[in-house]
Amino acid sequence: MLSFILNQETIHTDMPPGMTVLDFIRYHKHLTGTKIGCREGDCGACTILVGEDQGSEMRYRSMTCCLMPLSNAEGKHIVTIEGINPPAGQLTPVQEAMVEENGTQCGFCTVGFVVSLTGFCLNNKEATAEAAISSIDGNICRCTGYKSIERASSKLINLLKSKDGLTPISFAIAQKIVPPWFAGIRERLEEINSSVSTSLEDLPKTKPVIISGGTDLYVQRPEEMVHTVAVNVFNQNNLKEIRDVGSRIEIGASVTVSDLMESPVMNALFPKLKKHLKLVSSTPIRNMATVAGNLVNASPIGDLTVWFLAMKATVVVRNGLKDGKAHEIPLCDFYQGYKKLAKKANEVVEKIYFDKPDHTSRFNFEKVSKRTFLDIATVNTAIHLRVTDHLIIDAHLSAGGVGPVPLYLKNTSSCLKLKRYPFDKETLHEMNHILQSEISPISDVRGSATYKRLLMKQLFLAHFKELFPSS
Amino acid sequence: MTNTDAYGHVRGESVYLDDIPIIHNTLFACVFDSPVAHGVIRSIDLSEAEKIPGVVRILLAKDIPGENQIGGIVPDEPLLADHHVHFQGMPIALVIAESEEIAHDAAKKIKVVIDPLEIITDPRIAFQKNELIIPPKKFKLGDTDIAFKDCAHVFSGRADVNGQEHLYIETQGAYSVPMEGGGIKIYSSTQGPTAVQRTVARVTGLAMHRVEVEVGRLGGGFGGKEDQANPWAALCALGTLYTGRPVKYSLHRLEDMRMTGKRHPYSADYKIGLDKDLNIIAYEAVFYQNAGAAADLSPAVLERTLFHCTNSYYIPHVTATAYSCRTHLPPNTAFRGFGGPQGMFVIESAITHAAEKLNVSRSVIQRKNLINPGEEFPYGQKAESEAVTTWVQADDQFGLEKIMKDAHDFNAKHADMKRGVAMMPVCFGISFTKTLMNQARALVHVYTDGSVAVSTGAVEMGQGVNTKMLQVVARAFSLSPDKIKVHTTNTLRIANTSPSAASSTADLNGKATLMACEAILDRLKIVAAEELELQSNPDDLKIENGFVFYKNEPTKLDWKTLVNAAFVKRVSLSEHAHYATPGIYFDWATAKGHPFAYHVYGTVIIQVTLDCLRGIYEVDFVKGVHDYGKSMNTLIDLGQIEGGIVQGIGWMTMEEIVYDEKGKLHSNALSNYKIPDIHSVPHAIDIQPLSTNRESLAVFSSKAVGEPPLMYGIGAYFAIRDAVRAFNASASPRYDAPFTHEKVLLSLHDSDIKEKSPKYRSSKA
Repeated sequence: MLSFILNQETIHTDMPPGMTVLDFIRYHKHLTGTKIGCREGDCGACTILVGEDQGSEMRYRSMTCCLMPLSNAEGKHIVTIEGINPPAGQLTPVQEAMVEENGTQCGFCTVGFVVSLTGFCLNNKEATAEAAISSIDGNICRCTGYKSIERASSKLINLLKSKDGLTPISFAIAQKIVPPWFAGIRERLEEINSSVSTSLEDLPKTKPVIISGGTDLYVQRPEEMVHTVAVNVFNQNNLKEIRDVGSRIEIGASVTVSDLMESPVMNALFPKLKKHLKLVSSTPIRNMATVAGNLVNASPIGDLTVWFLAMKATVVVRNGLKDGKAHEIPLCDFYQGYKKLAKKANEVVEKIYFDKPDHTSRFNFEKVSKRTFLDIATVNTAIHLRVTDHLIIDAHLSAGGVGPVPLYLKNTSSCLKLKRYPFDKETLHEMNHILQSEISPISDVRGSATYKRLLMKQLFLAHFKELFPSS
Repeated sequence: MTNTDAYGHVRGESVYLDDIPIIHNTLFACVFDSPVAHGVIRSIDLSEAEKIPGVVRILLAKDIPGENQIGGIVPDEPLLADHHVHFQGMPIALVIAESEEIAHDAAKKIKVVIDPLEIITDPRIAFQKNELIIPPKKFKLGDTDIAFKDCAHVFSGRADVNGQEHLYIETQGAYSVPMEGGGIKIYSSTQGPTAVQRTVARVTGLAMHRVEVEVGRLGGGFGGKEDQANPWAALCALGTLYTGRPVKYSLHRLEDMRMTGKRHPYSADYKIGLDKDLNIIAYEAVFYQNAGAAADLSPAVLERTLFHCTNSYYIPHVTATAYSCRTHLPPNTAFRGFGGPQGMFVIESAITHAAEKLNVSRSVIQRKNLINPGEEFPYGQKAESEAVTTWVQADDQFGLEKIMKDAHDFNAKHADMKRGVAMMPVCFGISFTKTLMNQARALVHVYTDGSVAVSTGAVEMGQGVNTKMLQVVARAFSLSPDKIKVHTTNTLRIANTSPSAASSTADLNGKATLMACEAILDRLKIVAAEELELQSNPDDLKIENGFVFYKNEPTKLDWKTLVNAAFVKRVSLSEHAHYATPGIYFDWATAKGHPFAYHVYGTVIIQVTLDCLRGIYEVDFVKGVHDYGKSMNTLIDLGQIEGGIVQGIGWMTMEEIVYDEKGKLHSNALSNYKIPDIHSVPHAIDIQPLSTNRESLAVFSSKAVGEPPLMYGIGAYFAIRDAVRAFNASASPRYDAPFTHEKVLLSLHDSDIKEKSPKYRSSKA
């Protein structure tokens, strides 16, 4: 039995926990405002808001519910357009801006935009045009060319600037961005959550399926997932921490990309974190996709994997979910072959950790894809250097999309050590030679092997242009 | 006024096909489609699929009671494959089951044995093997053979342009409901309700009057639902015929992308000749259209390629030949621009080729050769041209020279960032090139409470046609919009419709609506004169804001009273009007005529900035002047312009359709076929209306706006090329759209690639 609140209604359901929230709301609750565009999180037509009790107040995030198992709704507030609509004949300021600026043509993607922008109004982010646009970076529209939607968003910025110290929810209620009953949701959730058992069942003995954000499992095998009894770790609070433990940083398995992006700890260590992680999928996906999911998925082009490879991260896996034995695997040894991991089926990723960068550290992440944002990389790469006075004393380079697994480029990394920047031509030539010998890209829909090799070389150069801007 | 549908859209209350409340007893359909692009079916094994509980029926070609044929122009496309399969994704069987999930599961269990035959995916190879859909088409003006001899400069080359996935966010679908007496009602997401009706009738054997097609609205069409909405409707109808139950099929995105055709890829050879003053004297083009496995709308698309092969330019000697080539891809189909953009890409490539060789700016050749009023298109129609005026006004308002100079200065200062600029003039003919299709009907009812209902043949798919129809009625009757309701498109109310296509929907249906209103108004004025006891000319009467005016003075007779008076006097308050565009004709025997009611013109300046290190780019701006006529709705028309530009830029830049040599689609999902997102659109789009006093034929002197702006996007291709050459002056990439990040990087660093040892080279899968 799963319990959550759908708009105003408290739901207790025995539907399969693997069913998508999308199918539940459209075909069981007949709330047809949420649309189906692609069922793989790439269009945003099914965007909903997911509210969580954060102790003192609710926090809402946009998610594409085509990839969201019902089990991830447990104990949360699920908001669809029907839960945002004011009484008949009226519109919220978000809806009004979209109407007035002609931000809707065929209308099929529109609800997704309205929900995303409503989520933006409900969060605590600064009221800038850039932040508003980021909130709809997961919504695809084929009709408008987005310019009218940009104009609608700027209208909202003006409204949000009048927030005046109110909490986001109270402000949104006062401005009729959401209905007044939103004020009572936190208490209602508290009540539901107090009766929900939080203890996690341990893994089944055979072929356990562990699900977290679901953003890849529901793309790869959506039909199978509906009836799979998966162990869900998405809601495990103990797996959601980002901790600074002295010399190293520990990141829990269920930390999402958005959590990373918003983490003060991470932002202090990686000044360009937001810019870099903006290249990773889209806001609603970042709100769901987790660190462990990205690692375990073993995609040769996993963005976070490539990121953490350059940080020489270590993966901590535990046998089962309860009191099993933990052991550690360096991330660069985690991938044994295409989609083949150096962990047993019943071992669950608990966290990863890496040594804290220090004042000599320079880090960069590069990614090029067919479309710059909201796309899978053709090639991605990260680099972590320690530099004193233009002398590279330590170097770690990683790359994705150029081999069957995400690569830690060991030889290129060691070649970089004790080199001084800028490099002379011969050194560059030599390094590129080593770099090219470490990769083995194949031609596919994301690009030819020739292109990927050239791109790898260019992004390698781009790292240094970014890290030594004045040189 | 704002779009009348917007209120429902933003509240999620607008009803699309998949939102129609499920009727009790509904069954769900799923197609089993060919895994092989070309072959002979040896056997189909349904046994495993039929065993699944909940499977009601699996239908094959042999079960079709009517004709197994959905080809509209040429009867060459079976609904379900009988002996042969002609493309991957060709429907072979239809599973009807109690749930969508069961239908999908069962489709996966169907087994088919196919003896493979040779697969052709390249239109030039199809041409060599004489695999043509129709005999070649040719346009001729003057004599190119002679003219080329007199040219100071002659250049020839090849240009290729890829297709484009429509990617309407609402996938294809249909819902078929049995009606009493053996009829069928179809809810369809179609641009062509009559095409659906005709196809359903043909396949089921029912007469058309027993097939009702209802279209509420579309979640996008762009041409993809002009003819390719037909099969799903016909399949659902078959299901209903066999089971007597409602049958619904809303395609999964992967099914939609795999089974439906796209914009036609073209390969073309061109030869362009200029005199010493850079006047284009002669132009030859041979187009190889990749039609896919069946005709679909390809012949009509092919014709429009020829109609627009000289874009906005006057060229005295033209020979253009076009071949519609049969390959083993899903039949390609209509897409905004309908072959016109492909024709334009080739002439723009030819001009660029000449400009680069002669070391002059493209824009010099473009400007010099714009068509003037009175000059002749290759198909005989004389231009009422605004080509020069839109160019001059764009230049005046935005300053081409300064933009180019600024870009040049920027490029001098930046080693790794380069700007490129391109002008893109567009001339697009408005009317269906098939003259008979230029007709429409509208039905207007005035009810006794004064409210008005209107139905037309127009399908609302986001282009705002409902709002425009409402505006026509509001203006004709001088009524407030809340008194008027534009209803769904339904073949019982409006028969024999043309599809909503060719940018002509508002023109044609708007005129018919206006005629219907005027007929009612004429009758009401007579009633008003009687009611006001005036012995006057009805022309002295008019209706304004709900009251009758006599000689411009208000009377106390209001709209509702007048309507009731008419009803009491047994005067008809309804009208069904018919409009046919006057003065258009075309003779294919001579390939001359006057096929278009008018042309839409415009000119834009596009600038891109290229990151030469990474081979990625951004479109800085698209600025220009567009010929709206007198826009009926500036908000809606601006939306069409901006949306069209971005869709065109998408086609030219990131949207890359990839089929392998087996005819398998690799760009088969949104994860690997990328359309513009909000970050990839031009930073600024500024399109100003042309100021002109020229009257237009269309309703209230407006001009069609749907397709023309897409072609502005072609400018992005040439702006990128300009930027590439600013970085690498020796780069001369093939004219091969789209200009993906991959092609950009490879062009920027072409010398780098050549240096590489062979092991780094490999061909694309």
